[in-house]
Amino acid sequence: MVRGFGWAAAFPDEVWEHVFSFLAADADRNAVALVCRAWHRIERRSRRRVFVGNCYAVAPAAAVRRFPEVRAAAIKGKPHFADFNLVPTDWGGGAEAWVEAMAEGWPHLEELRLKRMVVSDDCLELIARSFKNFGVLSLVSCDGFSTAGLAAIAANCRSSPVHTSVGLEVAILVSVASEGVNELSLVYLLLSSADIPYLRNLRELDLHENEVEDNCLNWISHFPESFTSLVSLNIACLEGDVNTSVLECLISRCPNLKTLRLNHAMPLEKLVSLLQRAPQLVDVGTSKFSADHHPELFSKLESTFAGFKHLKSLSGIWEAGPTYLPAIYSVCESLTSLNLCYATIQSPELLKFVSRCKNLQRLWVMDLIEDNGLIAVAASCKLLQELRVFPSDPYGVAPPISLTEHGLVAISAGCLMLHSVLYFCRQMTNAALLTIANNRPNLTCFRLCIIEPHTPDYISQEPLDAGFSAIVESCKDLRRLSLSGLLTDRVFKSIGASANRLEMLSVAFAGDSDAGLHYILSGCKNLRKLEIRDCPFGDKALLDNASKLETMRSLWMSSCSVTLGACRQLALKMPRLNVEVIDERRGRPLESWPDDFPVEKLYIYRTVAGPRSDTPPCVWTV
Amino acid sequence: MEDHDNLKATELTLGLPGTDALEKPTPAAPNVNKRSKEEEEECCGFTGSSGRPAAKAQVVGWPPVRSYRVNSFRERKMEKKEEDTTGIYVKVSMDGAPYLRKVDLGVYNSYKGLTDALDAMFKGFSLGKQIIQRQAHDPHGVAEGGDESEHAITYEDKDGDWMLVGDVPWEMFVSSCKRLRIMKGCEARGLTTSP
Repeated sequence: MVRGFGWAAAFPDEVWEHVFSFLAADADRNAVALVCRAWHRIERRSRRRVFVGNCYAVAPAAAVRRFPEVRAAAIKGKPHFADFNLVPTDWGGGAEAWVEAMAEGWPHLEELRLKRMVVSDDCLELIARSFKNFGVLSLVSCDGFSTAGLAAIAANCRSSPVHTSVGLEVAILVSVASEGVNELSLVYLLLSSADIPYLRNLRELDLHENEVEDNCLNWISHFPESFTSLVSLNIACLEGDVNTSVLECLISRCPNLKTLRLNHAMPLEKLVSLLQRAPQLVDVGTSKFSADHHPELFSKLESTFAGFKHLKSLSGIWEAGPTYLPAIYSVCESLTSLNLCYATIQSPELLKFVSRCKNLQRLWVMDLIEDNGLIAVAASCKLLQELRVFPSDPYGVAPPISLTEHGLVAISAGCLMLHSVLYFCRQMTNAALLTIANNRPNLTCFRLCIIEPHTPDYISQEPLDAGFSAIVESCKDLRRLSLSGLLTDRVFKSIGASANRLEMLSVAFAGDSDAGLHYILSGCKNLRKLEIRDCPFGDKALLDNASKLETMRSLWMSSCSVTLGACRQLALKMPRLNVEVIDERRGRPLESWPDDFPVEKLYIYRTVAGPRSDTPPCVWTV
Repeated sequence: MEDHDNLKATELTLGLPGTDALEKPTPAAPNVNKRSKEEEEECCGFTGSSGRPAAKAQVVGWPPVRSYRVNSFRERKMEKKEEDTTGIYVKVSMDGAPYLRKVDLGVYNSYKGLTDALDAMFKGFSLGKQIIQRQAHDPHGVAEGGDESEHAITYEDKDGDWMLVGDVPWEMFVSSCKRLRIMKGCEARGLTTSP
């Protein structure tokens, strides 16, 4: 046996690289990098995928320097509560710093995924210019860009294999004029190293729920005629009209197109003629699904959808009326993923449609499905793994919808493979939660939102502590949990004690005292993200568990009982945390406020990059 | 910014003590929430035409529904509501008929829908063919109307002129049409032939 770590040198680097290539999880690769210097060196040079959960946790230049051969990067910016307007719009999360560093250090980058970041048109242009082998651009919940930026991306796409046509012409001239092969190859060399902008082989353009300004109507026409490599196009979030004939040409010349998600604006007739050109699609997002009844259109729609032999995923179906839904019954059997959360269809039609989808694994739907609909789903969709039920009228005063805890209980009983739930409803009982917990101990994600804050068990009038405790005690693999309803500190005691795999916890309008927060922070071994709003949690729990915060990605607290003094103490104690106090109303700088000043919003995250330099006026890093 | 807390106790009212105001108090939430509610009303100002006063105060970001989803769903709900309540009703007269009818142009998406409806209303007269022919083959209306149809649909526009239905895009027609008249063929032929 070799002493020390000499055995590491027994094999050449390439062997270790090959071994490491079987490690998919970042956590595993991180562990490998800590074994010895040699492995650290080999691992960092061979890492191809990087995930940055918080764009401010590390400086872009540092990340690029550490992993020089990255081909795929995913970066997240704003805290999750930005989705619900709790984070000021100018808070940060700008993508420039990252894109500039990547353009500099990762010229071979092929995939870029950004979530909740502010991406400007300049950023998009830089992306278009900088990465010669770029294949995948995914923007989720981002803002700050317009269709002009998309035009820049489109314009720089090429599918020609090696050289541009200009390069080819010059090369031919040279080969005619000279004799030696050397001069010809020199010309090729010069041309290929010249700064010719092209996004070679863009395969995927995924725009998911972004706020996009519409200032360039015909951005799609900027894709050149030679561009044929598109595999996935998702433009569902765009508000404006898209030129159908240009889109039709694009679709016709991209034989590998598998995913096409259109936006709301396209009329149904145009949608049908578009889809007819791509019967090979696996994932379709339709546009508006309502129109006056025309028998001709109905049969065209019917035959188009009957032509989809490989369709697995269906979404869009905005504002569907009962008229046209039966035209697409033919695809129901093959669907594994169905997203009807924008479809304002009432329960009977919805029921008819969904109960035909026997192979459904994922269902997103509005509460218009009602308990009856969910009972039917529980009977028909035995392979269901993920269910999301969204509120059709979240601010409604008197709900006419008959969706209660019974629907969810039925699903938990009938769908044995169910592991992920997001459910908006207006009433719940501890008994129902207990039943769900007993039925489905395999739950990994349980997000329940009872719309009215502080709602107790409507039968016993008790808090829902017992119900949620049952969930965390029974579901040992629970990774994500969102609480709602009337809850005391007791539920946090259970969570802290039992939720050992929990990674993300969302709490609102719950708890009685600091003890609640203390239970969470002193338990929950694997907690990564904690977001809290409107709970009576304060300084003591935070300070007593300061070191826990460095083991987590981030903590958000708003409308709680934390004071500025505690933030100051925390920041002093934990130099590798950024403690950001967010306050949109005060004009005076932070330094002048006293310790007992109540903090409105607080965002704490671990970082090796120190305080950030792009804080807006409403954010102070303590 | 309203802060009723201190004033309420000293307020003089004729009501019995203990009768609450419209706003439902949220016990666990500190004062900060009240300001949040105002912000919520501000940021939702663009949907102010809802006309439904909130019986209870709304809180920012609750329930946790993506603003994207709420905006797009709300806007379309508003559009629907407006369409339902206002309607674009115009009178329809038919030569020879003893009384007029009214039709809601907002219900239809195209000329076909309208002509089908008028067909049904004034049964037995093939009105639709002429318009569809013209739209399909001859948008500029140069060709003759055809001898088999006996009627033409015309409308009075904003300027008071009588126009032949079918020449302009549907949306333009809906916004400028004040009333409809179904004319006899012999009078109508004068409109279809080019000068």
